[in-house]
Amino acid sequence: MQGSAYAREEALCIEFDVRAGDVEHGGMASSQIKAALKQFGLSEPVARRAGIIAFEGEMNLIVYSDSGGTIRVCVDSEYIEITVQDFGPGIEDVDLALTPGYSTAPAWATDLGFGAGMGLHNMEKNADRFEIHSRLDEGTTISCWVKRRTDDSS
Amino acid sequence: MILHELARRMDLERLVDSQDATHEIETGYVGDLLSHVLASAKSNSLWITIQRHENVVAVAQVAGLGCIVFAEGMRPEAPVIERARNAGIALYVSPASAFELAGRLHKLLHTEAP
Ligand SMILES: Nc1ncnc2c1ncn2[C@@H]1O[C@H](COP(=O)(O)OP(=O)(O)OP(=O)(O)O)[C@@H](O)[C@H]1O
Ligand SMILES: [Mg+2]
Repeated sequence: MQGSAYAREEALCIEFDVRAGDVEHGGMASSQIKAALKQFGLSEPVARRAGIIAFEGEMNLIVYSDSGGTIRVCVDSEYIEITVQDFGPGIEDVDLALTPGYSTAPAWATDLGFGAGMGLHNMEKNADRFEIHSRLDEGTTISCWVKRRTDDSS
Repeated sequence: MILHELARRMDLERLVDSQDATHEIETGYVGDLLSHVLASAKSNSLWITIQRHENVVAVAQVAGLGCIVFAEGMRPEAPVIERARNAGIALYVSPASAFELAGRLHKLLHTEAP
């Protein structure tokens, strides 16, 4: 899997296309995102949080999106911004989807250990700021910001 | 404890070696639901699971878990082994159950003086 890198205003970005149903390559984009962030000089705990967010977003694109989607990661002087976007099917009840334990994962995904209903919660928990917008038939966009510097740099 | 010594004393079969001869294991985690692993496993854990498909390598990588032990003889296929080798994740397999493996690990890490 190949990500494309580019500069956006004051930020450096990398973007990956994720294919619907492509579970065989699941986690490839997020592994590369974490490695790139570490190479960029970010600490393990910070790259880890961003990597977990990217992984949960990536797997939701694979399991739920109609036609795949994108993960974009941009780093500026203060934040890592991770944006996960697809164009359908959208989420009917976002609050319900965010509830730990709620899942509509199909059997093939639960057989592989997905479907705990913890993914969106993990994204929210690892982000300093979290936004989700979703409309049925239009799609879902999730944006997460992770501070580059943490007080507990453990 | 150093991974190599732990693996020997837990009687694990090595599939992919660690890239770090002094790879330290601080604690362990047992789980097969990937989002729970990401939520709860601490960095530098030994992760015991019966999931053996490609995605476990990515989970270990993003969560900073340097070693996966497949319980109950759940031997992964070649592409998984290849992915782990490229990612620098150590892999081991054992016929023992997750319960039994966790017991051995816990005993070695927490009840024996170093
Ligand atoms: N991109 C998406 N498009 C449509 N529905 C989604 C999307 N992402 C999540 N959902 C819905 O929200 C539910 C909860 O998602 P979440 O990632 O929290 O858990 P999960 O994917 O079911 O399980 P886990 O992530 O723990 O493996 C999903 O089961 C699905 O119904
Ligand atoms: Mg999910």
